[in-house]
Amino acid sequence: MDLLQTRVTGVDFRNPILLASGIWGESGISLTRAYEGGAGGVVTKSIGSEPRSGYPNPTIEKNGTWGLLNAMGLPNPGIESYGEEVRYALSRGVRVVGSVFGGTAEEFARLSQAMEALGVAAIELNLSCPHAKGYGSEIGSDPEALAEVVRAVKSAVRLPVWAKLTPNTADPASLGRAAERAGADAISAINTLRGMAIDPVTMRPILSHVSGGLSGPAIKPIGLAFVWQVFEAVHIPIIGIGGISRPEDVFEYLLAGASLVEVGTAVMEGGGPLFGQLARGVSDILVTHGLKSVSESVGAAHRR
Amino acid sequence: MRQIVEVEEVVRETPSTVTLRFPYEPTALPGQFVMVWLPGVDEVPMSLSYSDGEVLKGVTVKVMGEASRRLNEVHRGDLLGIRGPYGNHFDLSPSKILVVAGGSGAAVLAPAAEAAKRRGAHISVALGATTATELLFKERFRRFADEVIISTDDGTEGEKGYVTDLLPSLLARGHYSALWTCGPEVMMVKALRAATSHGVPYFGSLERVMKCAVNLCDACAFGPYHVCTEGPVFPGTVLSQVEDFGTFKREASGRKVRA
Repeated sequence: MDLLQTRVTGVDFRNPILLASGIWGESGISLTRAYEGGAGGVVTKSIGSEPRSGYPNPTIEKNGTWGLLNAMGLPNPGIESYGEEVRYALSRGVRVVGSVFGGTAEEFARLSQAMEALGVAAIELNLSCPHAKGYGSEIGSDPEALAEVVRAVKSAVRLPVWAKLTPNTADPASLGRAAERAGADAISAINTLRGMAIDPVTMRPILSHVSGGLSGPAIKPIGLAFVWQVFEAVHIPIIGIGGISRPEDVFEYLLAGASLVEVGTAVMEGGGPLFGQLARGVSDILVTHGLKSVSESVGAAHRR
Repeated sequence: MRQIVEVEEVVRETPSTVTLRFPYEPTALPGQFVMVWLPGVDEVPMSLSYSDGEVLKGVTVKVMGEASRRLNEVHRGDLLGIRGPYGNHFDLSPSKILVVAGGSGAAVLAPAAEAAKRRGAHISVALGATTATELLFKERFRRFADEVIISTDDGTEGEKGYVTDLLPSLLARGHYSALWTCGPEVMMVKALRAATSHGVPYFGSLERVMKCAVNLCDACAFGPYHVCTEGPVFPGTVLSQVEDFGTFKREASGRKVRA
């Protein structure tokens, strides 16, 4: 599948379909399973400085009509304990991108250095979790605060830095430009959209955290439009995320301007083998269109 | 996907365990679990103690932490949120089964053994608990099983000692086609050794931290498996290959700790 090989931010990927952060990322073996299933790479769970249990259950609400809501609350074992999980995946040849979250620019920088020391290929900054007080989108929806984090991390590490943006903003382009001006090597978009569910029988919110993040097929049009807008506003590569479950979805993100994609919620049904199925399907689509590489398709829908 | 159900029966089983029965239509096979939401408190994974063929499904809750303590205080008419069933189930085809239940492990084994009995299997039960009053489902097992052998840690009923102490003699004379077990993981490890040394196929039901229960969050990662979807019932051939078995668990943060 040489057709699918691609290089983004100086990192080689065997195909453009990565495991998204937060899915299967607590254990190095699970990351490895996604890679062995055919993923082009994997993004770790977002890791912080200290162990964090996350919110009490219910942490998810699944619904056949609109998809999945989650408010896990950034559970993670802390960067120190997480090292063995990353090392396990790396020892199996997995292409690993390290996701980190912090409350300050300095914390992001320290965590990114620790990830770099573990040997990951790139850093993804979680500037977009919609359900963690003091973290994520609370920082990442302000262009200046976002830029401060990116600058701090860029001056702390040599690795490529991907800024993962929140869709909970009125102006995707200015967030994208802020990340680019601050030195980000790529933009990952989108994270989940803030949402909630209320149980009509017990008359109370279902998620213990009240609100959470919506993912799944419902958010694909939002992700596509976000990637489209950011593509027209910046020159750095974009990693497209949101509602991907079929090869066509991957291709549409490439056409909108994504150079890579990440898949999360669909892993629930498809497991590790989903990645291999998506990769084969995308390869077939490229051939059908007479395209010689992934990069030929990136942003192609903009040439109307 | 979550159904709100009204608790119809509350049965005090032992000083530390209570069974909650509620109407829940989805078909559940013995060994599967549900996520039980006690609104305002927590949502926890519970194996069904009444499953196959029962309209009134049930869970049997042992007081462990805050959530299970509050579930132990549920009354008839209280509302629970149920989603599932999730996970795999016991294979009911073996013809002669040795059931090894430690403490609240009997909760999942009782419906499985009942279902196997309905299919004509011979059922021996080794039932253990810390003390006589904590023997879970003793009468229920006695109603259908071909034999029930008891042990208690303190010797207040049956043999004094651990339930696994009963296994060498049972396995030596039994010619069992399967050993099913659930209970404290150290006990399950001992039972696996005993079953393996007698060449008896082993199936154990595991417990891990569950959050999503739908194969996404990785909280229940156990070696290369997710207990929520590829378990909770694992064959001994798999368990013997996973370093975590009896040794490591993951906390809610995902940090691996010694069990």
